Amino acid sequence: MPNPLNELLRQYLTVAIFAGLGLAMVGAMLGVGWLLRPDRPEPQKYINYESGVDPLGVMWSQSQIRYYVFALLFVLFDVEAVFIFPWATRLEAYGAFGLIEMAVFIFILALGLVYAWRKGVLRWV
Amino acid sequence: MIGVLARLAQDTGDGILVPAEPIQAGVTQIATPEIQWVALLPHLILVVGGILLLTIASLFRHRVPRWAYTIYTVAVAAGAIIAALPLWVRVQDAERGPFSAIAGALGVDGFSIFITVIICAGVILTALLADGYLKREGIDGPELFVLLLLAASGGTIMASANDLIVLFLGLEILSISVYVMAAMHARRFTSLEAGMKYFILGAFSSAFFLYGIALVYGASGSTNMIRINQYLASPTGVVLSENGLLLGGFALLLVGFGFKVAAVPFHAWAPDVYQGAPTPVTAFMASAVKAGGFAAMLRVFVLTFGTFSGDWQPVVFALAVLSLLVGSVLAIVQTNVKRMLAYSSIAHAGFILVGVEVATEQGTAAALFYLAAYTFMVVGSFAVITVVGRKGDGHHELSDYRGLARRQPVLAFVFTILLLAQAGVPFTAGFFAKFYVISAAVDAENYSLAIIAMVSAVIAAFLYLRIMISMYMSTDSEAVTGEPDRVPVPLAAGIALFVACVVTVVIGFVPGPITDLANDAVPFLVQVG
Repeated sequence: MPNPLNELLRQYLTVAIFAGLGLAMVGAMLGVGWLLRPDRPEPQKYINYESGVDPLGVMWSQSQIRYYVFALLFVLFDVEAVFIFPWATRLEAYGAFGLIEMAVFIFILALGLVYAWRKGVLRWV
Repeated sequence: MIGVLARLAQDTGDGILVPAEPIQAGVTQIATPEIQWVALLPHLILVVGGILLLTIASLFRHRVPRWAYTIYTVAVAAGAIIAALPLWVRVQDAERGPFSAIAGALGVDGFSIFITVIICAGVILTALLADGYLKREGIDGPELFVLLLLAASGGTIMASANDLIVLFLGLEILSISVYVMAAMHARRFTSLEAGMKYFILGAFSSAFFLYGIALVYGASGSTNMIRINQYLASPTGVVLSENGLLLGGFALLLVGFGFKVAAVPFHAWAPDVYQGAPTPVTAFMASAVKAGGFAAMLRVFVLTFGTFSGDWQPVVFALAVLSLLVGSVLAIVQTNVKRMLAYSSIAHAGFILVGVEVATEQGTAAALFYLAAYTFMVVGSFAVITVVGRKGDGHHELSDYRGLARRQPVLAFVFTILLLAQAGVPFTAGFFAKFYVISAAVDAENYSLAIIAMVSAVIAAFLYLRIMISMYMSTDSEAVTGEPDRVPVPLAAGIALFVACVVTVVIGFVPGPITDLANDAVPFLVQVG
């Protein structure tokens, strides 16, 4: 009887060969380029690229992150939708039990939205 | 038209479930498991209590006084304990005994109820402690209490999970709540850092844990511990001992548990996180989180993988020895009291690991007794640290404790008792905790582990003495230059301290009741009837 583990490892051998080939190909292309290209460093070449214009100011600047709350809430309800879709296709099979379960699930998430709303994160400051 | 669509749907290929025909009225109903509400009640009380508090507090923001949150949290945790008591009676009843609920997802046995009560006790003490802390630090908000209740529900689910997936759910509920709690003091940079560190390392450990579950599932064909256990005990299962999948699964699960209970070499996060997190949260992490982690570890390894104990015992042996030695030695060289107790909690984890390693019922009972005793000792100790930390939660150096005995003799005396208990001095709970664990190791003829545990207890005793000495000794020059003011002890924190101290001493004199309970709290895997 073939050992199932060896079987498994053999199947992974393909993955290993592909990974090795991929790495070798990228390495070869970059390596050939490195060998062939001329090397003339100039200070201008090290300036950050900003649409062809000389960059102004410092690179470390603060940016508005107030949008993140909306992103978080979006992820929350996106995940909720991911759960609801498969559930909806099979609702008849789940019956009343499934309906109540999903109602509880949505209700708890809605309470989270109530919390966010009362906390004032839905207001654009 | 419909026929074409139906054929198309069928052709979409292998494995994807697409209805080949329009859904008709006669759909085969999926059998839903019977829900044993009574068995779920302790968990439900904690979850619903937490969500209800969140809703009430967000609807009536600024109109509810802070002490109401504390009383509410204490009441909910006490309610969960009360709901667990009838279950205990039922489980101990010889005719009915332990049982599995919800199609074998949750196991209700003395073990899970014992841990549930420990975790709820941890919640009560932490909530009392957090009351004065939040007021002092000017943090408004019920969020800490909400997260406390939710984390507790995660811990209780971990303790009673009979399925690795349910166990993982409990672990995540517990962990994610505690990540946020660690970062609760948002104005302190160290608190944010602690939350971040705990989150990143915890996420790693969860990934390890999940991969371990996947490998064990691959080897045994089930995530249900009852079935895994039966399969491993069957003749086909025994062959698996040479299977890398199963052993790899053991290793990865051990890594996951090692992170959660802060066992060396997976302890690196513990000192930083314990130091940075708000002190009441640290108390919770050291007590309830550890209890949940060890409960799951005992259930998974000692019980489910019990037939393979020869494979995992050497690894747990190494974890226990390293935790004992590294924890107690590194604790000595610290100057920050919070870090000291963090390392000492690593050493305590080593002691509990001794109880896990012996893999006997006696070892499990010893580990349970240890967890019960340690919860009160460690929450009490961190209660003193909370109070002495003053506003800003920053006075945790050893020098901040100098002369405490002269300024506040009662506080210093209570801290002394709790530290002596942690050191394992007779007539305290800590003595019996260490005694039972070591005697379990001796009875399992594991003498080397017993000796290392005793040596480490001696090393660790030095650390507790160091804190005591700095409390009782103070140079005369300090008395002249003026010393810091007395620290106020809030009423709720005082109650928590009193309870922790009394329980520690009472168990130290009369360990019998808790020992009997721990002996009755044997975990079971019951086939779903």
